[in-house]
Amino acid sequence: MNEQPAVLTPGTGKKTGGRADWLRRLALDIRRDKYLYMLALPGLAFFLVFKYVPMWGIVIALQNYSPFAGISGSPWVGFENFHRFFANPDFMLLFRNTMAINLLNLVFFFPLPILLSLLLNEVRSMFYKRAVQTVIYMPHFLSWVIISSLTFLLFAKGSGLVNKILEASGAGKIDILTNPHLFWIMLTVQSIWKECGWGTILFLAAMAGIDPQIYEAAKIDGAGRIRQMWSITLPAIRNVIVILLILRLGHMMDVGFEQVFLMYNGAVSQVAEVFDTYVYRVGIQQAQFSYSTAAGLFKSVVGLVLVVGANRLAKKMGEDGIY
Amino acid sequence: MRVSFGDRVFTALNLLLLGLIGIVTIFPIYYVVVVSFTDPAEYVRRSFILFPHTWSLASYKYLLSTEAFARSLGVSTYLAVVGTACSLVVTASLAYALSRKRLRGRNLFLLLILLTILFNPGMIPHYMLVRQLHLINSLWSLIIPALASGWNVILMKGFFDSIPAELEESAAIDGCNDLSIWIRIILPLSLPSLAAFGLFYAVGYWNQFFNALIYLNDAAKWPIQVMLQNMLLNADNTELQADSFMATPPSETLMMAAVVTATIPILCVYPFLQKHFAKGAMVGSVKG
Repeated sequence: MNEQPAVLTPGTGKKTGGRADWLRRLALDIRRDKYLYMLALPGLAFFLVFKYVPMWGIVIALQNYSPFAGISGSPWVGFENFHRFFANPDFMLLFRNTMAINLLNLVFFFPLPILLSLLLNEVRSMFYKRAVQTVIYMPHFLSWVIISSLTFLLFAKGSGLVNKILEASGAGKIDILTNPHLFWIMLTVQSIWKECGWGTILFLAAMAGIDPQIYEAAKIDGAGRIRQMWSITLPAIRNVIVILLILRLGHMMDVGFEQVFLMYNGAVSQVAEVFDTYVYRVGIQQAQFSYSTAAGLFKSVVGLVLVVGANRLAKKMGEDGIY
Repeated sequence: MRVSFGDRVFTALNLLLLGLIGIVTIFPIYYVVVVSFTDPAEYVRRSFILFPHTWSLASYKYLLSTEAFARSLGVSTYLAVVGTACSLVVTASLAYALSRKRLRGRNLFLLLILLTILFNPGMIPHYMLVRQLHLINSLWSLIIPALASGWNVILMKGFFDSIPAELEESAAIDGCNDLSIWIRIILPLSLPSLAAFGLFYAVGYWNQFFNALIYLNDAAKWPIQVMLQNMLLNADNTELQADSFMATPPSETLMMAAVVTATIPILCVYPFLQKHFAKGAMVGSVKG
C-alpha cells in the first residue's frame, strides 16, 4: 500500500545507450563471469578449429588445389570441379546407389522399431520385457567392423555357417557377399539387426507416458488389444514418428560410410559405391583433393537442404519439427 | 479382470514372436563366442558347431601371443581411457558454461554449435586440417578431432539446465565462485549423467575405425578395429582365391576369438550403460 511508484531518475533507469557504455557493461559481465568463459574456452576453441576451419577449407572445391602451394597459392578454377563431377558417369551411379540403399532402409527398416515397440509395450511381464530389451539393444554398441566380421563368419562362401548348413543338407553353396543383387538387401538386414532394437527406446518412452485410463475406457467400450494399439498407442506416438521420419528424410544422402566400406568388394563395386566411399577413394587414396571436396560438398549441401526442407514440411503439418 | 480367449492368443503369439526376435539377435554373437572357444581341429572336422565337444583356449593364446594384436588392444585401451577423460572435461565444462543463462554470447555460441550439427563440410577438409596440424600418424589424431560433438554438448547442457538455480545461489552466498560451484556442487551432483556420457564416449573411442584408417599409416599404432578389419580382409582374400586353402589351420576360430576380444570391453560396460542410456535418450527427445 505504502510502496512508492517507481520514479525514473536520470542516470539510473534511463538507457543512456552509446557504444562506450555497452562495451563497459560487456567488460564488467566478462569479468564477473570470467570462470565461466574459462570453462567454455577449450570447447569453443575445439568447435572453431575442428568444425569451422574445415568449413573454410571447402573453398578448395573452387580451386585446383596443390598441397605445396596451399589454399592461398593454388589457382582458382571456378565451378570446374563441379562440372567434372556432374558430367562423370560415376555421378549417376553414386546417386542411384545412395538413393536405393536409403529407400530400402526407409521402407523396410523404418517401420520395424515402431512395430517392435508396439509388441514390447504389450508385454505384461516386466522380466520378459527387460530380457528381450537387453538382448535387442546390444548390437547397437558393436562397431561396424564387428558387424561385418559377424556377417562374414555367417555368410562367407567357403566357411560361413549358412553355407556349411546348406552344404550339409545337400543344397549347393550360395555366394551372398559377392552377389551384386543381394548387396543392398544385405546392408538393410545388417542395419535392422544392429539398430532396430535401439530404435524402440524413444517410442517406448513415448508410450510410457500414455494415461492408462484411456486404455481402461477403451476396454470398457469393448476394444481388443489390436484395436487399442491402433487407436490409442499409435496416435500417441505420432509426433515421435514424424520427427524421426523427418530426420531420416533429411539424411537421404547419407549412407553409413563404415558399413558400406567394410562390405565393399570388387564384385559389388557397381552397387556399393556411394558418395562417401567415392570421396574416400578419389580424395584420400588418389589425393585429388579439390575434385573430391566438390563431390563431398555436393552431398553436404543437398543434405542441408533436405534437413531444412523436411523440418519446414513437418511444421506445416502441425508438428514440432526438430528445431 | 477376466481375460478373453483372443487376449490370451495375442499374448502368447506376442511373447513367441519377441522371443524369436531375441534369438535372431543373440545367435550370431553366441555362435562366434562358442566357436572361438572350440578346439581348432574340431572346428575343421565338424560342419557346424552349436556346442563344442572340446573347449579350447588355443585361439586366444595364439592371438595374444602375437605382438601386433596385443599391441592393438593396448592402443585401443589407451584411446578409450585418455580420449574419454579429455572428451568429458571439454564437453562438461562447455555445457555448464552454456547452461548459465546470464552468460553473454550464450545464444551465439549455442547457434554456432547447432550449425555444426546441420552442416558437415565433408571428409577432405577435415583430413587436410589434421594433416596441416601434423597430427597424421599420431594417436592424438583419433582423440582431438573427436573431443566433443555438438549433440552431446547440447544434451549435457539440457541436463545442467535441470539443476535448480537455488543450489548455486546458496553456494555463492557461502563464498564459492563459479569454478568452485562447478567442481564442488554441480559435478558431484552430475555423476550419473557424467558416467552415462563417459560410457558413450568410451564406446565411441573403442569402436573408432574410420579416423584410424585415414589418419594412421603406421601399423604399429593401429587400434583393435583396424587390426580386426585387416585380419578380415586377409581371410577374405584367401577365401576368394580357392577353397583348397582350407588346409591351413582355420583362421576362422582365430577371427572369432579376435571378434570376441574386441567385443568383451563393450559387453563388460554394457550392463552399466544400460542403466543410464534410456535416460540419456529421453533427454535427447526433450528439446532445449
